[in-house]
Amino acid sequence: MLKVVNLRAGYGPLQVINGVSLRVQPGEIVALIGANGSGKSTLLKAIAGVIPQTEGRVLLRDQPVAGWTADRLARRGLALVPEGRALFHGMSVLDNLRMGGYPKRLAGARLAERIEALCVRFPALREKLSQRAGELSGGQRQMLAIARALVSEPEILLLDEPSTGLAPLLVAEIFDCIGQLRQAGIAILLAEQNVQGTLRIASRAYVMQTGRIVLNGPAAELLRSEEIQRAYLGK
Amino acid sequence: MAAFLQQLINGVSLGAIYALCALGYTMVYGVLQFINFAHGDVFMVGAFAGYYCAPLAAKLFQPQSALGAVMVLLTSMTVCAALGVLIEKLAYRPLRDHPKLTVLITAIGVSLFLEFAGQKFFQADPKPFPELLPHAQYNPMPNLVISSDQLIVMGVSVLLLAGLHFIVRHTKLGTAMRAVAFNPQAAALVGINLDRIISFTFALGSALAAAAGILYAMNYPAIDPLMGVMPGLKAFVAAVLGGIGNLPGAALGGLIIGVVETFVGGTAWSAYRDAIAFAILIVILLVKPAGLLGRTEVEKV
Amino acid sequence: MKIGPKSGLALALAAAVGGSFLTPRLDAYFLNILIDVGVNIILAVSLNLINGYAGQFSLGHAGFMAVGAYTAAGLSTLVSANLLARFHGFEHSCWAFGCFLLALLAGGLLAALTGFLVGAPSLRLKGDYLAIVTLGFGEIIRVLLQNFESLGGARGLSGIPPWATFGWVYGWVAIVIFTVLALVHSTSGRGFLAVRDDEIAAQAVGINTTQYKVSAFVIGAFFAGIAGGLYAHSKQFISPEGFGFMKSVEIVVMVILGGMGNTAGVILAAVVLTLLPEVLRPVAAYRMILYSLLLIVMMLTCPRGLFTALGERAKGWLARPKNGGPP
Repeated sequence: MLKVVNLRAGYGPLQVINGVSLRVQPGEIVALIGANGSGKSTLLKAIAGVIPQTEGRVLLRDQPVAGWTADRLARRGLALVPEGRALFHGMSVLDNLRMGGYPKRLAGARLAERIEALCVRFPALREKLSQRAGELSGGQRQMLAIARALVSEPEILLLDEPSTGLAPLLVAEIFDCIGQLRQAGIAILLAEQNVQGTLRIASRAYVMQTGRIVLNGPAAELLRSEEIQRAYLGK
Repeated sequence: MAAFLQQLINGVSLGAIYALCALGYTMVYGVLQFINFAHGDVFMVGAFAGYYCAPLAAKLFQPQSALGAVMVLLTSMTVCAALGVLIEKLAYRPLRDHPKLTVLITAIGVSLFLEFAGQKFFQADPKPFPELLPHAQYNPMPNLVISSDQLIVMGVSVLLLAGLHFIVRHTKLGTAMRAVAFNPQAAALVGINLDRIISFTFALGSALAAAAGILYAMNYPAIDPLMGVMPGLKAFVAAVLGGIGNLPGAALGGLIIGVVETFVGGTAWSAYRDAIAFAILIVILLVKPAGLLGRTEVEKV
Repeated sequence: MKIGPKSGLALALAAAVGGSFLTPRLDAYFLNILIDVGVNIILAVSLNLINGYAGQFSLGHAGFMAVGAYTAAGLSTLVSANLLARFHGFEHSCWAFGCFLLALLAGGLLAALTGFLVGAPSLRLKGDYLAIVTLGFGEIIRVLLQNFESLGGARGLSGIPPWATFGWVYGWVAIVIFTVLALVHSTSGRGFLAVRDDEIAAQAVGINTTQYKVSAFVIGAFFAGIAGGLYAHSKQFISPEGFGFMKSVEIVVMVILGGMGNTAGVILAAVVLTLLPEVLRPVAAYRMILYSLLLIVMMLTCPRGLFTALGERAKGWLARPKNGGPP
């Protein structure tokens, strides 16, 4: 589904991602873990075309997409839910969800149907449809951001720190809901600092350090190995 | 009473023109956060496009026919929409990631260019604007005169405002435009092509400026290449007054400026009528910088 | 191209004194241009203090200039009209010198006061909002002057004594350059740069940002007022139209072209841009079109200032043999 080969990227002269390779299969949750500042967010942004890539290849369904802009990638079925959620705060929740149909040019009954389906999945949003997105609580904003990304039925979803700043109960809820998405056959790349929670729902994981992948393997194995946890995951 | 109503009607018809022009400033500010200084000159080009198109329309249809007037209006709006898109593409787009002041200076450069090129190619002397429609005057009560041109200004403005409202609220492009104004990055992430939306915004704003230019020219006897400077500045003040980035605010601001200016023009202070808009601007910025309908937002870091 | 305050003062004073000896031999057209150049240098360098060093974008410099011009010209026409008749030889006496100095200073001070009145309330505003407010103030000043009948109103004020000689103008050029450079090179003056670069950070280290911004406005406006007074006494005629938005833009363009915060560049830009219309005289019809096109092209190609860009290129070129090219 998504294949990244030897990707380099950064901000201007500052190189943050130094040759990262990874792949994500359909119906698979892949975790991207590492300490604060290890380059997880930057990597997701580079893959999604938000910041320019300087080198490397990105393949989406075997099609090279390196250098594509974010909006083009979104129309191609790659959705990034950035940290900080990037909602349209001044627009209503419903309008935010409608914007989610933009990549696939959804409209009318098709769009309403998708939004209805997502309201079933995220019942909390249904009650808030007419409220402004800026008035939602942190957890609801996260739900809305994920729901908006799902309106167009993306093939791959990049989630950046969905649990940041949420109460523990909500964190579990968010992870639950991400876990359920797997069943829908979406490929998910999940960057997180919450290692335990992430590894529990992921099938495989990559560990990042200073802009490189230093370790990868099945999530269950990483979760078991205390040595690895101590060395790389700050436990 | 009649005198008051008379001033009010004069003020509203002037204010409607400011409102149309203010919408262009406010829309561009909404998506790009910068003041398109050349907007007032697009207004001027709109009037001149109408000036050159009018004889053609008179030949195609009857002179002073409604169809001819509509053709003049639409042609001028199309010309200016194209001009607006072109200006953005050539002068502003390359500077998208630069400090706003750089773009502001470039916009001033574009404004000067249009004015000087206008003086060269349209000639600097004022030209009488052709009468697109027959004149008529109505006397609903003693000492109150409403001209057909004033009615046309108000009617066309209301139509255009309604059209704009529909586009912004109920079409895909309009919704995308609002989305870009709220959060450009999130807009890109839901697949909105920023360049396209910005072009669209410029086209829309410039078309409205062109319409304002035609309406202004119909009400004032002559047009000249510098005619856009003052209405442009006042329309900008109107946009700030209503809360820049806010469409209903721009319309309201335009009406207020037009009415206040007309009333001041009717008093002993009439010599200061050009200063009044700026005085309002300064007061509003100092008292309520977000404008009448704007929400105060924390500056993004 | 960095010049220190003292060398700047010395250079400009030398030019002023040297030039004064030469002026009797110069042809009047040429002398006029030189005086225009000097007045524009004062305007550009003083605006650079506000725009370039303090980072406060002002589009109303011509308004301050107008205040200075009208104050000084009003005083000196009044004085010379009353004294000239009774006092033979007044024109060349040291009394005239004193009168002119007082009139200029009065103009400068009134402009500074206006700068304070504009600056103090509007500095809460940022970037283009501030630009628009200063533009608004400039326009208001223009409209007020148009209605000030005792100063000529819209017809303008004529019969101003021709007191602004080459020496006067370049003497003030020396003073403005020295003042601005001494200000920004002094320890406390670094506050200007701090305010420009990051206002919040500047506040965090205890800089009173408002005080810096207001003083930049006041000092900048003072010199704009002086420049206005000199302009009035060299042209001998002023009208409100001459101090409109276009004049403010002209000064801003000098600062931008020279590179904001680069005094040497701004001086150079003032010289070049004053001479440019003279050079473009053969293509007079297209002169202003070319001027505006140049402005756009310049912003697109080197938005940080033409002379800053040239300076950097020269530096990079000089440094190349040592460290293998610019970074």
